[in-house]
Amino acid sequence: MKRKVWKDKRYKAANREALAGIGLVMFNFFWWFGFAYGLGSKSPESYHYIFGFPAWFFFSCILGFAVMMGLTVFVVKFFFKDMSLEAEGEE
Amino acid sequence: MNWEAVLPLFIFIVIVFIVGIWAGKFVSRSDSFLQEYFLGGRSLGGFILAMTLVTTYGSASSFLSGPGTAYNEGLGWVLLSMTQLATGYFVLMVLGKRFAIVTRKYKAVTIVDFLKERYQSKWVVILSAASILIFLFSAMSAQWIGGARLIQSLTGISYFTALCIFSLAVLVYVVVGGFRAVAITDGIQGIIMFMGTLILLVAVISAGGGVSQIMNDLAAENPNLITPFGADGGLTPAYVSSFWVLVGVGVVALPQIAVRAMSYKNAKALHRGIIISTFVVGFIMLNMHLIGVFGRTILPGIEIGDTVMPELAQAVLPGWAAGIVLAAPMAAIMTTVNSLLLMVSSAIVKDVYLNYVRPDASDKIIRMWSMGATALIGIVVVVMSLQPPDLIIWLNLFSMGGLEAAFIWPIILGLYWKRGTRYGAIASMLTGVISYIIFETFYPQPFGMHSVVTSMLLALVAYVSGSLLSKKEMIST
Repeated sequence: MKRKVWKDKRYKAANREALAGIGLVMFNFFWWFGFAYGLGSKSPESYHYIFGFPAWFFFSCILGFAVMMGLTVFVVKFFFKDMSLEAEGEE
Repeated sequence: MNWEAVLPLFIFIVIVFIVGIWAGKFVSRSDSFLQEYFLGGRSLGGFILAMTLVTTYGSASSFLSGPGTAYNEGLGWVLLSMTQLATGYFVLMVLGKRFAIVTRKYKAVTIVDFLKERYQSKWVVILSAASILIFLFSAMSAQWIGGARLIQSLTGISYFTALCIFSLAVLVYVVVGGFRAVAITDGIQGIIMFMGTLILLVAVISAGGGVSQIMNDLAAENPNLITPFGADGGLTPAYVSSFWVLVGVGVVALPQIAVRAMSYKNAKALHRGIIISTFVVGFIMLNMHLIGVFGRTILPGIEIGDTVMPELAQAVLPGWAAGIVLAAPMAAIMTTVNSLLLMVSSAIVKDVYLNYVRPDASDKIIRMWSMGATALIGIVVVVMSLQPPDLIIWLNLFSMGGLEAAFIWPIILGLYWKRGTRYGAIASMLTGVISYIIFETFYPQPFGMHSVVTSMLLALVAYVSGSLLSKKEMIST
C-alpha cells in the first residue's frame, strides 16, 4: 500500500516553519552584511570601539549572534507547532 | 612529553570509548537492526540531536586550521566564520518536520533511501551512493590523518602508534554501537568542545591584557587586521558573502548532516535541538576564531596555522587545563570521523547491497554485513592513512562543495516540489558535481564568489528544466 506522500494536513504548518527558516537566514545575512561593511569600510583610524571591539565587529558578529539567538528562540516558541511526526499521525 | 596535558587527553579517549561500547547494547536489543544501527531507532532527544549535528559539522577546520587562518587574517576571518551560525537553525528548520514525516512514510533510513523512494530510479540511487562513497571517504581520510597527527604532535609518540590509538578508539565503538553510539559520544564530545573553547577564550583574553589592549596591539602591527577585509585587504565582500552558501545554507545538503534531520524522536526534540544547536555552533565558531586572532598578540610569529591553537593552549594554560582544551580538537575530529564512517558504511550496505545485491537478506546477514562493512572501511582508511594517496587528497578538496552541489536540489526540491522528476534529479547531480570540479580546477571564484555558488545555480537550472522537460511521472499521491 502506498502512503499518501504529497497530501497531509500537517504540511501546512511544516511548510510555514521551513519558510520561517528562510526568513531568519535572510535577516541574519542582511544584519551581518550591513553592519560589517556599513561600519567597517571606513579607515581603521576612525573606528569606534565597543567593549574593546571595533564597532562593526561588535554589531555584526557579537550582537548579531545574540539577536539571532533571541529570534530563533522566539520563532520556535511562538510559531512552531507541536505535532505527531509518525507516518500514521495525520489528524 | 607533557604528561600533565597528555593524561586528560587519554582519560577523555577512554571515556568516549567506554560510553560508545555501552551504547552498543541497544543494537543487540533492538528488533529492527537497520533502523537502530544506522539511525539510532529515530529516538534522539533535543540535546543529543543538537550536539551530534554541531559536532559532525564542526571538524578539524573549526579548531585547528580555522583559528590558524584567523591568526593570519584578523577579524575579517572571524566575520567569514560567522556565516556558519546559520547551520544551527537553518538545517533543522528547512528540512524540518516535513522531512521527518516524509522519511517516516517512506521508512527511509538513509538519505539515499529517501531519494530512492522519491524518484523511484536506479540511476538516482547509483549516482548518489557513488558521490557519498567517493567524497565522504576522502573527507574521512583527511580527518583521520588529522586526528593521528594531532596525537602525534601533542604526545610526541610516532605517527604509526598515534594512528593506531586513534583508530582503535573510534573504530570499535562505531562498529559495535552504530548511530546511537556515535550520537551519544557526540553529546559528550560536544560538551568538551564547548568547555575547551570557553576556557581557552578566557585564558587568552587575560594573557593578552584585555580586548582593548589586544585590538590596540593588532592595529599597531597592521590596521587591516581589525577591518573586515583581511590582512592584505584581499577578502572582498562578494567572496566572504559567498560562504553563506558553502558553509551556511549549503550544509543542509551534506548527507551526514541531513540524515540527522530524520533521527529525532518528536517535534519537541526538534524545537529544543534548533535552539541548542544555534547557541553551540555560534559560540564555538565565534570564539574559536576570535582566539586565533587574539593569539597573534600573545604568540607572534607562528608559521604553521594548524599549530596556533595547540601552542596557545600550552602557553597560556596550566598543563592539566591545556589537556582539557586540547581534547576539544580531538573531539571535533573524532565526532566528524565517526559519522562519516557510518555514512559510508550505510551507503555500501543499505543503499547498494540491500537494494541490488541481496534484497532478501535475513536480519542476521544484514547485521553481519553492516558491522563487517563498517570495520572493513575503517581498516582501509587506516591503511591508506599510513601513506595517503594523492587521489584522496585531491578528492577531499572537492568533497564539501561537491556533495552540496550534488544533493541540494534533489533533496530540497524533491521534498517540496511535486513536479520534480528523476530526470531533473539526475541532471542536477551530474551538473552540480562536474561543474564544481571544473570551476575549482580551471576558474576558481567566478564573479568573485566561491565556485559552489555558480555550480548550485547551474544545478538548479538543470533540475528545473530536466523536470519540466520530462513527462509527468506517476507520483504517489
